[in-house]
Amino acid sequence: MSTADVRTDFDQLITWATGSLQGDEVLLASLRGETSDFVRFNHAAVRQAGSVQQQMLSVDLVEGARHAEGAVSLTGDREIDQARVAALLADLRAQRAVLPEDPFLLYATDGLDSERSVDGALPAAADAVEAVSSGAAGKDFVGIYAAGATYQAFGSSLGQRNWFEASTFNLDWSLHLRGDKATKNAYAGTSWEAGAFQDKLDWSIRELDALGREPKNLPPGAYRSFLTPSAVEEIMGMLSWGGFGLRAHETRQTPLLRMVTDGAAFAPGVTIKEDIAGGVAPDFQSAGFARPDDVPLITDGRFDRHLVSPRSAQEYGVPTNGAVDWEAPMAIAMDPGDLAADTVLEALDTGLYVGNLWYLNFSDRAACRTTGMTRFGTFWVEGGEIVAPIEVLRFDDTVYSLLGENLEGLTDTAETILDAGTYGGRSMESLRLPGALVSEMTFTL
Amino acid sequence: MTDLETRLEDRLRSVLPADADYASARHVVERGSHLLVRNGVVEPASASHDEGVMFTVWRNGGIGYGATSDLTDAGLLAAVERASAWAAATAGRSVIDQTPLLHTVGEYESPVAESFEAMDLADQVAMLVRADAALDVDDRIVDRAAAITRYDIDTMLVTNGGGRVVQRLHQVFPDLRATANVGSNTQTRTYGRAALGGQGGLEVLARHGFGDASVRIGEEAVALLDAPNCPSGTMDVILAPDQMVLQIHESIGHPLELDRILGDERNYAGTSFVTPEMFGTYQYGSELLNVTFDPTVAGEVASYGFDDDGTPAERTYLIKDGVLARPLGGTISQARTGLEGVANSRASSWNRPPIDRMANLNVEAGESTLDELIAGIEHGVLMETNVSWSIDDSRNKFQFGCELGRIIENGELRGIVRNPNYRGISSTFWRSLSGVADDFTTMGTPNCGKGEPNQVIRVGHASPHCRFSNIEVFGGAA
Repeated sequence: MSTADVRTDFDQLITWATGSLQGDEVLLASLRGETSDFVRFNHAAVRQAGSVQQQMLSVDLVEGARHAEGAVSLTGDREIDQARVAALLADLRAQRAVLPEDPFLLYATDGLDSERSVDGALPAAADAVEAVSSGAAGKDFVGIYAAGATYQAFGSSLGQRNWFEASTFNLDWSLHLRGDKATKNAYAGTSWEAGAFQDKLDWSIRELDALGREPKNLPPGAYRSFLTPSAVEEIMGMLSWGGFGLRAHETRQTPLLRMVTDGAAFAPGVTIKEDIAGGVAPDFQSAGFARPDDVPLITDGRFDRHLVSPRSAQEYGVPTNGAVDWEAPMAIAMDPGDLAADTVLEALDTGLYVGNLWYLNFSDRAACRTTGMTRFGTFWVEGGEIVAPIEVLRFDDTVYSLLGENLEGLTDTAETILDAGTYGGRSMESLRLPGALVSEMTFTL
Repeated sequence: MTDLETRLEDRLRSVLPADADYASARHVVERGSHLLVRNGVVEPASASHDEGVMFTVWRNGGIGYGATSDLTDAGLLAAVERASAWAAATAGRSVIDQTPLLHTVGEYESPVAESFEAMDLADQVAMLVRADAALDVDDRIVDRAAAITRYDIDTMLVTNGGGRVVQRLHQVFPDLRATANVGSNTQTRTYGRAALGGQGGLEVLARHGFGDASVRIGEEAVALLDAPNCPSGTMDVILAPDQMVLQIHESIGHPLELDRILGDERNYAGTSFVTPEMFGTYQYGSELLNVTFDPTVAGEVASYGFDDDGTPAERTYLIKDGVLARPLGGTISQARTGLEGVANSRASSWNRPPIDRMANLNVEAGESTLDELIAGIEHGVLMETNVSWSIDDSRNKFQFGCELGRIIENGELRGIVRNPNYRGISSTFWRSLSGVADDFTTMGTPNCGKGEPNQVIRVGHASPHCRFSNIEVFGGAA
């Protein structure tokens, strides 16, 4: 089934469902779906390969200030899907009847239609398998190839329709030398070019050479460190967990609590925004509200604006800016700095080149103190030259330190990272981040 | 039900390729429901119906799957054809070339003592309204919530060799949480941080005292505001069962997953410090440590009769008297290594292929009372309820944090402390196990993530209180 067919079916299904509404009911419906190929590799051989076609329709059935929500898988067959939606609406009516009014209900009543399509030139899946099998022959290649069409839609009984679709691929891999010594890379986008993939694979193979040296076992302590954009991505992931959402701030659960209560700050050069226009996420959300092109979150090291879901908007009496219910960014972007990206080893001089961080969590959430591990492609550097890979280290430090008092500079280019996440379905999130040079990063184990 | 949805089993069988070395159709319907009351406001009830089928085809050394939510005849046929096409495309390129899978016949259903159907929705909402209100013990409570999430999962696995496994699981996850704040000090206390779920019906709520827990949770959140930071130093710790859940999960469960040991997860979830030659000889913990894979515990989150490859499940020791016995590896991983494993090949739903997962992974009860464990400590901390977890990709260097600590001095419990954390190394940590209580609490977690493509799955853990000696302990930021 083509995405054009899915879009037509969605429109007809919402029109049909609108006709089945009772009284003053309002229907809000969101569709999320994909037709994806997944190929999983280990030792450059295929571990699992297959295809997934799925559509899930989420519905909010409103009458006055009472409402109930539900979701149902769609088949693409009109008879079955109408029957499933009819059954769902009946269940939601029954539930709604016993629920009190919801003071925080808010949905778009005058939203605008929109459509956005990100076209792709994807390889036949078997060709991608062949490219990996031949290109990585003899190497310990581990990873996932995910490709195909993803789409999201919104429709309401008020007549609003929004559509977003993207055809993308994301090959996310690591090359392993021995044990946990490995290098990480990814090739993602909309147009597969065999030469570009081979270039990235060759880069990974060259980096393996450095991993072959005897690993250095560093004692716990504070080390001067350079964090690649991939390592910064993990820190942004922690900040995104309640750092910017209005509800987390109002209930004092944000990890940036000391920024808003005690005047703690990041370095003046740190500016972070939600950059929907520069990402690959839809520009609308499940209550029908549009997302602005960007929302400034941290400006010159200080907190700027919150991400506000419709529910929080109603609860706290401010306008929504189209945030998702959990008020996390979908396309976070950090402004680059003035550290020349091709001189980071020289600028680091002696210290740690941290290729990736892994498994971060808060060791003291209110203080924005985080812990996590070094992982792929992390090296000890002396005099601007890579000396050796290191045995993994655990850090425990505050983000106020890493992006604040100890931040020496951000690289002058920011890297776009398409989220390789596939929980439930393929992610439409992205990040655009520079690397960060810090004078001191605290490692504890 | 429409005509197209009738006789589903016959329709699935009719499209399975008879000439494949092995072919299966795994149909899953998961019905979910969620009720939440937050700060006195009843949030909209939500319900979900997720349904689809995954076909798997093994042919001539290739393996492929096709999964679809399109259950029309044409949709099923298209999914089978995609699975067959992938089997052809991967022939000669796969990590395994012959199927070890069986054509099993059997059924299983979670025992339910008191169905949720016995309590109508209005009464369920009223119960949560009361639970939420009872959390509000002090003006310093700034956020609170009471919730119940339920899943009813029907799975049918049919194979081209006559296999037929039907299972019906009923899972319940109650939740309570209260957040207290003064200035830049925020403390949250929960009902086991979602660990106090299980299989069954309304009896799951009574199992851990859901109806009476709110006031204690609210009061402890407030008390933590005035509590000192956990002291730092090397000392003995007792981990309560709702922290043992996390300790077992991260530093026994994941390292023993055979697909990690085989390297499948190295690009994402990670590898393992455990190697195949360790099984049968490696001293994983002190002789007090006994760990079972046990899908037979009534009411535990991941009890089942068969895994998603159709392998019958049974109680098995993974660690006996501290010695590593066998891995968490399903039929396919066992065939790849020659190691004996367990029935733990599980998929998060119809749209993901089975991989090695935890199910019910339990630390068996010991012979000491909790009071005896406490009495044996001169200076230490009892830690309750996980709040932070981080471990390296080999599942060795870890750092975990809890919601609440209780100081132990000279064999007696003293006051509470906030932000208790500890760190260690899995390969040596379990050897410091110096006491195992005779209590045994069945719990679990609804959020275990792993796999490419990614899969979240619900797993069970049961454990007594456990004491560990000479552990590095520390508190939060100043």
